Amino acid sequence: MPWSSRPWTHQRCGNRPTQRTALAAIFCLATLFAFVLSVSGFADEKRLSVYSGATGYSLTVREKNGTDYVGLLEVLQPLGSVSSRTDGRSWKLNYNGSESEFTSGKTQARVQGQAFDLPANFLLENGDGLVPLRSVPSLVSRFLWAPVNFHEASRRLFIGNTAIHFTAQVNRTNPPTLVMNFTSAVNPMIATEPGKLRMVFTREPVVPPGSQTLTFDNPAIPSATFQENNGAAEIAVNGPVPLFASFSNDGRTITITPAPQATAHAPAPVAQPAVPAPQALPPGTPQEAVANAVQYFVVVDASHGGEERGAALGDQLAEKDVTLAFAQRLRQQLQARGLTTLMLREGDTTMSLDQRANMTNQARPAIYICLHATSQGSGVRLYTALLPAGAEGRGPFLDWTTAQSGFRAVSQTAETSLATELGKRQVVVRSLLAPLRPLNNITAAALAIEVAPSGGKLADLNSPAYQQLVAESVTAGIEAVRDQLGEKR
Amino acid sequence: MIPRHLMIGIAAMLAVALGMSFYAWRMRGRAAQTETPAEYAHPVSAPVQGPTEQVTLYVAYDDPGVLRSQSASIPLPAGRQERAQELLRALLALYLDKSSSHPLGPGAEVRDVYLVDPGLAVIDVNDAFADGHRSGIMAEELTVASLVQTLATGIPGINRVKILVGGRERETLAGHADLSSVYDVSAVGQMVAELQ
Repeated sequence: MPWSSRPWTHQRCGNRPTQRTALAAIFCLATLFAFVLSVSGFADEKRLSVYSGATGYSLTVREKNGTDYVGLLEVLQPLGSVSSRTDGRSWKLNYNGSESEFTSGKTQARVQGQAFDLPANFLLENGDGLVPLRSVPSLVSRFLWAPVNFHEASRRLFIGNTAIHFTAQVNRTNPPTLVMNFTSAVNPMIATEPGKLRMVFTREPVVPPGSQTLTFDNPAIPSATFQENNGAAEIAVNGPVPLFASFSNDGRTITITPAPQATAHAPAPVAQPAVPAPQALPPGTPQEAVANAVQYFVVVDASHGGEERGAALGDQLAEKDVTLAFAQRLRQQLQARGLTTLMLREGDTTMSLDQRANMTNQARPAIYICLHATSQGSGVRLYTALLPAGAEGRGPFLDWTTAQSGFRAVSQTAETSLATELGKRQVVVRSLLAPLRPLNNITAAALAIEVAPSGGKLADLNSPAYQQLVAESVTAGIEAVRDQLGEKR
Repeated sequence: MIPRHLMIGIAAMLAVALGMSFYAWRMRGRAAQTETPAEYAHPVSAPVQGPTEQVTLYVAYDDPGVLRSQSASIPLPAGRQERAQELLRALLALYLDKSSSHPLGPGAEVRDVYLVDPGLAVIDVNDAFADGHRSGIMAEELTVASLVQTLATGIPGINRVKILVGGRERETLAGHADLSSVYDVSAVGQMVAELQ
């Protein structure tokens, strides 16, 4: 039939591209759908975290028939001796010598010899017994005979009294520091992004403080928020400038500080009139140029501080207080001579040695001066780093313990200059090597100055005249080798 | 009817059992009374066996802030590790003396010295050593230099020294001298030269 063959031919020829397009579209959609499913499935993988006094661990939550399930063996294995065997539809679990029995497709079970009702059917999958997530707190409590606390929304299970609490306080130093003290050691994953530093705690039972949002009334670190989600806790510290975190006190203290380059943009404190105020730069200025707009020539580190008192110089006199007073006087002198100065601590703050070295190296000064005080002996002792046995640097990366090795010559130049100026002012001076951190971690000329009483009297250490004399000598010594120090930088 | 000889046997055994119980009870009471006083609770080192040898100790003097070499004759055992321990114990005996030039806190002692890797010595001092140590760069530096130089001079082949406190790593001795790193003996030699 010609009338029928032609339209058929015509129809066939005319539909080929349409069908191909449709097939391709279906294929693309299917691929896209599978991709979206897999990606979303990966991103949304539900987790349950369990914290006991001895351990903290995280498990995958599986969704079955619209209900969240977890493998009971996975939950109990880190908590004790556990084994299981399957007998038809029955699943027997032995935990620390006591047997429990579950039946596939049933809600009734016997746990530790007593009847137990699950909120949904027990499932048996490849020999693995799955129980509804909602039943886990009761089951764990029954198995361990211990109180449990379940944060259901965030899927975090606390066994016994395992919570880690924390306090957060901003010290009004320059730069300001947020000090977070935890009741146990923590090791969060840390991520930074513009305006935020995130700390994610997956294995630590960190619990929220009284409020989920902490405000600090400080423009550099205005607030922090706590939230729990998907088996983890997160503390996000907000700030208008990049922040970095450092650990001390065996992992129980995290100190968050604005990066030194960033602090240079903060309005200069009134007490530091000589520090050049940051200039407003035209739009489009590269970020690096902005960061380097103010560069410190000297970093002054008043050693010790906070919980770390240093030497007890007298009944009422701690080394940390003398070093701070002396550092303030030295900064005044340095800035009066136009030497921009960054003080690592301006108050009674605890800072780790690593933190001091990190902040100094990031500030990239020409010289680092670390101040100490002692009641023994007389005069001033100048120390350069005694380098420990360490590894060689690799390419652009320096070994942390011997980072000072490339700067020993310039450190000794500065030491000689300071000794000369102190000698000119009749101050007894001695130059030595010392195994004193963080001198060996500093990537600039680095000196430690230990000030002892001039005439053997302890009161000399607090004497403004003596402090002024030493500060003037140190400043003159640095100024004398200013060009050599600047060249190295 | 129980035979007479059996009854006598049982009675004798009962008497012996009672007697032994009483004796054991008395001995237990006596042992409790003669418990070691707390001040002697720390381990006592075994008496040193070996010929007396002339050794060099690097002794710290706080007042001028110097380190001086000093000869001493002490009995030294044959083993390298035991010799290392005895050397440092002889040094500490000077510091624990009432008229010491560089006094250490009461109870300070060297727990052990381990010669582990070729050239690496680990000195393990007790907690009292560090807790009772005076804080200050010079005081702590003198202690470290004295220990390391005495050990490296007395035991040939040591080129690195690590100091532990109570078997654990500590950041500083008493707030200043670094104990987190391994000391290079040649670098300490430079420090000692400056301190002499």
